[in-house]
Amino acid sequence: MPTIKELNDLVIQVRRDILRQVHKVNSGHPGGSLGCTEFFVALYQELMDRKKEFDMDGKGEDLFFLSNGHISPVFYSVLARSGYFPVEELNTFRLLDSRLQGHPTTHEGLPGIRVASGSLGQGISVAIGAAETKKLNKDSHLIYTLCGDGELQEGQNWEAIMYAAGNNIDNLIVTIDLNGQQIDGSTQNVLPLGNVKEKFEAFGWEVVIINKGNDLESILDGMKTAKKKTGNGKPICVLLHTVMGHGVDFMMHTHAWHGKAPNDEQLENALAQNPETLGDY
Amino acid sequence: MKKYTDSGKKDTRSGFGAGLTALGKTNENVVALCADLTGSLKMDEFKENHPERFFQVGIAEANMMGMAAGMTIGGKIPFTGTFANFSTGRVYDQIRQSIAYSGKNVKICASHAGVTLGEDGATHQILEDLGLMKMLPGMTVINTCDYNQTKAATIAIAEHKGPVYLRFGRPKVANFTAEDQNFKIGKAVQLQEGNDVTIVATGHLVWEALQAAETLNEKGISAEVVNIHTIKPLDKDAIVKSVKKTGCIVTAEEHNYLGGLGESVARILSESHPTPQEFVATQDTFGESGTPEQLMEKYGLNAEAIVKASEKVLKRK
Repeated sequence: MPTIKELNDLVIQVRRDILRQVHKVNSGHPGGSLGCTEFFVALYQELMDRKKEFDMDGKGEDLFFLSNGHISPVFYSVLARSGYFPVEELNTFRLLDSRLQGHPTTHEGLPGIRVASGSLGQGISVAIGAAETKKLNKDSHLIYTLCGDGELQEGQNWEAIMYAAGNNIDNLIVTIDLNGQQIDGSTQNVLPLGNVKEKFEAFGWEVVIINKGNDLESILDGMKTAKKKTGNGKPICVLLHTVMGHGVDFMMHTHAWHGKAPNDEQLENALAQNPETLGDY
Repeated sequence: MKKYTDSGKKDTRSGFGAGLTALGKTNENVVALCADLTGSLKMDEFKENHPERFFQVGIAEANMMGMAAGMTIGGKIPFTGTFANFSTGRVYDQIRQSIAYSGKNVKICASHAGVTLGEDGATHQILEDLGLMKMLPGMTVINTCDYNQTKAATIAIAEHKGPVYLRFGRPKVANFTAEDQNFKIGKAVQLQEGNDVTIVATGHLVWEALQAAETLNEKGISAEVVNIHTIKPLDKDAIVKSVKKTGCIVTAEEHNYLGGLGESVARILSESHPTPQEFVATQDTFGESGTPEQLMEKYGLNAEAIVKASEKVLKRK
């Protein structure tokens, strides 16, 4: 089991990976990626029971589905640094002929990816399907998925949320990245989400709140609580309060860096705030 | 001429139901999802036999498609069931991203396609689904002609790895293909041999094409009738071979002439063997309420329309 210090080192390295990936191709989504870095590190390094070798069927292991595929930079970095593919391959992010497409896909055969995502609102449905198959296969492992908060504006989510409660999908932990931002501004200004906790509860879900979504220990505590609640007939929703752009002061608390890459100077500034730990790719 | 007899009118959707029931017994990985149309899709028997493998998703087709994609992860073979309209247009993006682009082994089974859905009218009568589905990379597109063929196709697609769109319909129609047929995806079936005109038909129009061939025969015109149950991948060799002999072709489908079988045939022929072609299909229009027979007649989708198209194309040779 890695120590908190080791996990924190990885978090900083992943931040560097995110920034360098999007800077190199002058495109991609750093804001949400930075905000979810601690979550991904906790998930892949400690929370999930996963096999070393990737196979699509993922029998006998926990599975993760990223619904808000635009935060691919954090996903790719953590997958690479968790052993799914060479870290150097992060150099190919968004380039022609790369397995690291702008949004994650199975199409180019990148290990660690089990479904394409990018067009929003589809991840919970896919995760429910995988959870149903786990049950049919008598496989007691869990299904995790992550969605953006703005993404909850897509109607398909609410079909899925209704299904999961009505059908006792209790081997599923859906995490909502509550950073309050989306492309056009704050979720409050674009289309208010209302009380997300009450909405999930009204649909019949068990809700766990992680107030400090950029603090590893809080994430680990909250997610372990969520895990304990599985197997009791209800799907679990984790409300993860994060700060968009976390770890880079000029990117924090704004939607401005949702889908914009830093220039050379900004990159230098951002990297200086996150000094190299495990080594750049 | 070969003689085809109707062994008793049956709906193609019941062929699907029978195929699914058979699969339930032979393939434990087959699971079925339905969006509140179990009876309409004839999925009741599978549901009764295998309640643990039947998933009622409610009136929520987008979730159904996403779930089906997820269910493949771990080795299941999901068959989704709803009307063709709600199996395609309503959920195009879910199919595109979570199923087709993700290369998932989902079988999208679509009933009540075309105008023969009848009285419910245009909101439910999709005439664009073949086009939507054939444009998706990697998607196999099948439109079966009768009960026996639909049953055989349902069983066959479980063995095919990759996404499949299987289209069938609501009304009871002639059941004339063999009960024990060997359904081969992508392989056209020659039903009549002829020299003057090739008639390539799919779905409910295949029986109409056989009737048309008899009428044409009485008029001294020898029509070759080919049943194209698989629109993608299309059996290019069979089509080109036939038109090399006949020199002209009529395509017949219960679908808009834009985006359907006819356009796929035209593309193949324009590349390999340019040939005069007439299209029996709907002419860029929505349907309307009526009985299936009335609608087939009004929208020019019956034997009479095929005869007229054949006579017209013969003059263009």
